[in-house]
Amino acid sequence: MTATPANAQVLETMSALFVSLPHCATLGFQYLGTEGRKPTLKVDWREDLVGNPASGTIHGGVITSLVDTTSAVSVTACLPDFETIATLDLRIDYLKAATPGKAIYCRAECYRLASQIAFTRAVCYHDDPADPIAHGVATFMRESSRASMLKEGA
Amino acid sequence: MSEFMQQLAALRDDNNVAALCEAIPYARLMGVEVSTGDDGELLFQLPFYPRNVGNTALPALHGGLIGGFLENAALLHLIWHRESLEAPKIVDFSLDYLRSGRPQTLFARCEITKQGKRVAHVLIEAWQEDRRKPVAVARAHFLLTQ
Repeated sequence: MTATPANAQVLETMSALFVSLPHCATLGFQYLGTEGRKPTLKVDWREDLVGNPASGTIHGGVITSLVDTTSAVSVTACLPDFETIATLDLRIDYLKAATPGKAIYCRAECYRLASQIAFTRAVCYHDDPADPIAHGVATFMRESSRASMLKEGA
Repeated sequence: MSEFMQQLAALRDDNNVAALCEAIPYARLMGVEVSTGDDGELLFQLPFYPRNVGNTALPALHGGLIGGFLENAALLHLIWHRESLEAPKIVDFSLDYLRSGRPQTLFARCEITKQGKRVAHVLIEAWQEDRRKPVAVARAHFLLTQ
C-alpha cells in the first residue's frame, strides 16, 4: 500500500469538511492529521457526552460517530478524486470501558477500495492504539449521491 | 447497584418513561424523546435538529448520530424490561444503513430477541414517515452480569 494519500487535496478538503459537519462540531471532533493513509481524530471528554452519569463514561453513540467519521476520512485518503460516500454498515466491538475524563482518539484505515464499495477498520483508544477501547469495521458506498458533499466555493 | 440505576429503577416503577432519556446526558444532547406506544411498548423519537446533520448538501442526519440514537434506544429498552437493576454493558453493535435520514423526526423501536443469563440480544429498527421503509436496522449484544 502506498504510504501517501491518493490525492492530498481530496483528503485535506474532505477531512476539514467531515469534522465541520454540524453533528461532528456538536461533539467537538478534531482532525489531528493522517499518517500515510491512516487519519486520526480526537474527541475530548465532556459532561454532555456521558452515557452513564454514575460512572461518567462517554456514551457509546459518541464512539459510533467517531468511528464512522474517522473511517469516512480514511476512505477519502484513498480516493483519486472528489466523490460523495455514504456508510453502508458499521460494527463496533466495545473492548473495554472508556476512562472518564480522558480524550478518545480514533485511527482508521481503508484497507480495500473497490469500484463501488470501500472497506474500513478503526480503533479507538486513550493513549495507545495497541490498547484499544473499541474496534470498528465499516463499509461505504462510493458515488452514493450525485449531489456533491462540498458546498459551492469549497 | 449504582445511584444512577436506582434513579432509573425509580423512574421505571413510576412508569415515567419521558424522564428516562432525560437522565442520560448524551441522549439529552441528541434530543431524544421516548413515549409508550398504543401497545405499551417504548417508542423512541428524535425530532429534527440542525445540530444532528451529517451531510449538509442533501441534507441528511449523521450516520453516527443514527447509530447513537439506536444504541441508546436498545440500552433503555433493555433497562425498562429487565428485572435486574444492574446496568447492562454493550458488547457489540452492528448497524445497517438502508436509507439516508432526512431532516424530519426519526423513530425507533426495539425488540429483545433473547435474554439469557449473561447476554441479551436486542434488535432495533429506525424509520421516518413509513415504518415499512426503515432508515436503519441494528442489533446489539449486552452483557448482563458484572
